[in-house]
Formats: sequence, C-alpha cells, structure tokens
Amino acid sequence: MRIVAEHLSYIYNAKSPFAVKALDDVSLTVEEGEFFGLIGHTGSGESTFVQHLNGLLRLPSSLKRRKKKDGATLTVGEFDLTSKKTNFRALRRKVGMVFQYPEDQLFAETVLDEVAYGYKNFAEKRPDREETERAVREAVEAVGLDYESVKDMSPFDLSGGQKRRVAIAGVIVTKPEILVLDEPAAGLDPLGKREVMELLHRLKESWCKTVVVVSHDMDEIAENCTRVAVFSEGRVEYVLPPAELFKHTEELLRLGLDIPLTAKLVLALKERGVEIDCDYTAEDFVSKVLARGGRSC
Amino acid sequence: MLKDVSFGQYYPVKSFVHNLDPRLKILFLIGYIVAIFLAREFLALGACALVLIVAVLCARIPLGKVLRAVKGILFLVIFTAVVNLFFHSGDKVYWGGEPVLWQWKIFRITQEGIIFSAFLVLRLCLLVIGSSLLTYTTTPVALTDGIESLLSPLKLIRFPVHALALIMSIALRFIPILLDETERIMNAQKARGACIDSGNLFRRMKAIVSVLIPLLLSAIRRADELGEAMDARCYSGGNARTKYKKLRLTWRDPIAFSVLAALIAGVAVMFVFPVFPI
Repeated sequence: MRIVAEHLSYIYNAKSPFAVKALDDVSLTVEEGEFFGLIGHTGSGESTFVQHLNGLLRLPSSLKRRKKKDGATLTVGEFDLTSKKTNFRALRRKVGMVFQYPEDQLFAETVLDEVAYGYKNFAEKRPDREETERAVREAVEAVGLDYESVKDMSPFDLSGGQKRRVAIAGVIVTKPEILVLDEPAAGLDPLGKREVMELLHRLKESWCKTVVVVSHDMDEIAENCTRVAVFSEGRVEYVLPPAELFKHTEELLRLGLDIPLTAKLVLALKERGVEIDCDYTAEDFVSKVLARGGRSC
Repeated sequence: MLKDVSFGQYYPVKSFVHNLDPRLKILFLIGYIVAIFLAREFLALGACALVLIVAVLCARIPLGKVLRAVKGILFLVIFTAVVNLFFHSGDKVYWGGEPVLWQWKIFRITQEGIIFSAFLVLRLCLLVIGSSLLTYTTTPVALTDGIESLLSPLKLIRFPVHALALIMSIALRFIPILLDETERIMNAQKARGACIDSGNLFRRMKAIVSVLIPLLLSAIRRADELGEAMDARCYSGGNARTKYKKLRLTWRDPIAFSVLAALIAGVAVMFVFPVFPI
C-alpha cells in the first residue's frame, strides 16, 4: 500500500486563542516496502502527520475543502481518506499504529487478552479460541517474547521493555500492511532501544511491508531508513535517503536536530583534511575509513 | 470532541473583568445570584441582564463562548420552560379563574403560564452565563487563591483552609492534563479497533473499559509523582507560607463594586415595592 499525501494542513483548536498550526501544506509519498523515517524537533508536526494515516485525525470533508481550496488529499492504498464513505475500521486494520509510550495503553488481565484485544475487535465474525490463540502466539513470538511463559502473566508485571513489546504485539496481531510507530524507542535504555530497532527490522522483513517511524535518534535513522522526511514547524523541509540527508549537516543543526555519530566523525575527519564519502551506516563508514587508511598510511 | 468542554475554561484575554480581584469576583457572583433570585418582575431581571451584558462586553469574551455555557444546560432550560408552560396555574388565581388559552386534559396554557415560563428561562440563562463568566475570566489559580482568602476566617476554628484550597487547585490543574491523556489513550485504543464512538452499547462499554483502566493507572501514577515532588521540595502546607502574587485591590474594584451594589439595591427595592408585578 502506497501513502500519498498532498497539501495536508492541520490546525489544533482552530478558531480559538489556543490555535496551533501543526501541519502546513505537507506533501509526501511513501512507497510500498519502504522503511520511512520522520524526523523533526519535538512539535514539528510528525506525530500529527502519522495520526492522519489511519484516520484518527480526519481531513475536512470534500464540501468544506472546496471552500478552503487547499486541495488536500490523502490516499493510503485503495483508501481515499478525504471521502466520508471510507471504511475506517478496514483502514485501521491495514495500518497498525503504535503510539508514543504504548505501554500506557495496556489494560487487560493477561498478556493473552491484551494482545487478543485488537484481533477480536477487527475480526469479521467472532473468532474461536484456537484461532485467536494462534494469532496471539505468532504476534508475541514475532516481538521476541516467549509465549508460553508470558501468556498468563499480567502485562503490568512485565519489565518496561517487555511491556512495550506486548503493546507492539497488540498492534501487529492483525497483520497490518503498514506499521506506523511514534518514537518506538523513547524512554528505553540503550539495550532496549537496540532491541526495539532490531525488532522493527525483523517485522519489516517478515510481517509488515511498509514501516513508517517517527524518531529522534539519528543513529537509528541512519542505520535503518530507506528515506527520511525532515519536518520543521509543520512543513516538510527535505525528503532524502539518509546518505544524502546527513550531508546537510548545517541545516539539520539549524533546525534543532542532531546528526548521527558517523556524520560527526566524517565532519571531524574533514576538519583534519580527510574526506570520507559514505552512506552514514556504521558498516559503510568503517569500510570506507579502512579503505582510505590502507592507501594513505 | 473532548476539547469542546467549555464550562469552567479560562479564556485568556486582557480585560477590565479579567483584572478584577478574584475575591471580589466570587463575592460579586454570590451577590449577583442573590439579585437574580430577589428579582420578581421583568424590570428587575432586565436590570440584572443589563449588568451582565455590560460585564460580558467588558470581559471581551466572544458571544459564541458565552452562549455555549447555556448550550450545556439546554435540556434543563427546555424542560423548565415546557413544564411551567403547561402546569403553571398562577399564585393568585385559582383553578379555572384565569383565562385559559388552550387546554387538553390536565395540560393547560394560560397567559400567566407563558409569562412565568419565559421569566424562569431568562433567570436560568442569566444564572448560568453569570457563573461561567467567573470561570472564563479567572484563572484556576486566582480562583483558589480567592477562595482561600475568603475562607481564611475559618482558620480560627481550625478548619484546614489551605489544604482545601490546594486540593482544589490541583484538581483544577489536572483536568486539562487528564483530558489530553484520555484523548491519547482513546486514540491508541481506536487504532486497535475499539468502537468508542460507534457500535452497539455492549461493545462501547467494553471499549470504555479499555480507556478507563489505563487512565486510572496514569492518574494514580501522576498523583504519586506529584506527591513525591512536593515532598522533595519540603512542602509543608499553609503555615507561614508567603505568596508570590499577593491579591490587591485596584481602581477597577470600587467601580465594579458600586455597579453591583446599585443593582442589588435596585432589585431589593423592587422586591419590596414591585413596579410591574407579574
């Protein structure tokens, strides 16, 4: 499923003294099969944008839009999100959404019930117990937990990282085609972060065709994403593959963003007169440096 | 949709009414309510309405916001109007003694009934708009400061006034936070297919549970964290605590006071010597 957004704008608390323009004429296309990153200073509109993808925030209906004349459109696969007739339940089944701190949404008595919640909600007819358990087992194992040992535990007795995995399992249990995550690694320790990012990679390979991730961790973005959109004050500044993007070091810093460690090293080497041209993944950086070293030393 | 809760929300503009002393504003509201209940005729109620209109204009609050306060109790207003329209039979005139305009079984409409229900509706609207004006123009913090100051005589009988005010201000402060939190959790559960605003009653109830439990948990966690943070700063209640913002009367307060005093006096006079009694 392809995501095509054109001229998207969104204002929170419109027509009140608290009005905040969160999205300002955003046009963006995400192809099927991408690992798409969204980065931006906090409050730049990335979260608002992803909430449009499964219809939690809606575009104005076509009548109102004709009055505004901004021509906003958003299609996700075959779903036209500007139409009132869109089946949002079917859409949400196809577009899984993991919010920031997803462990805050846990509520069921056991991990099994928790993960089964989304599955039962989206099922066409009431699924029988075996079917549900099979789907839950698959999802729980996909996020790297041992099904037998956690299925009867209370989700509140798990560790922070495990809770987050259960929450992610509760979203992917319906096998969405697009998985959207809003800062999936926020608030975890370094090990937990790495595990979550590895998990996303595994899911992308075997589970969901497309992954869209909002992140502040530039190292993760550089390692994982095929393309990155940079948001600033509700606008999209760039859409580039990481290898191109992190050449714009100055602009990124000006926008209040960080750059990955590899980009910092490339900068430091440049100051000492060593030019390295890499795609900013650790692997490529090391091999380029070694290749350089082999010649000059 | 939760953002539509407007009653009790502060409307941030600078105005004459916003700058009044919160203590006086609370007393004014009480005085105003007394005046409304003393009013027995349209002339007196009209005077109350006039004062309210002037106050709303001075507060620079858009008309839509003001009317939304009435929208909240629209059902009550309509109910009051309808009941009084059909069943009011007049104080002075006995059954059958007054001209009946329309009658069907026990439902009867009299001229007096129409006047009386219009009077009640007007009174209700004035009450609600007046009360909402207080919360529109006063921040929750100022409001609790005002209440604390007004209740301070109760300290003599060892009533924990400060604790009460603190509880109130924390509760008020947490309302928007919890509203945001609710919306966040609702969105998360909607993304998992919860039928929160569609589907049959049973499914909705189940969906509400999936919102309430995380909400309750987060509220308890927040309360815990707040308690620890206060403890870490050695917070110890009202004893000898000074205030950063002291409440002081300004030139505006005597003006507002005299307007309101004139209103109450006028209405009281009309209460004793009615001009156009209903």
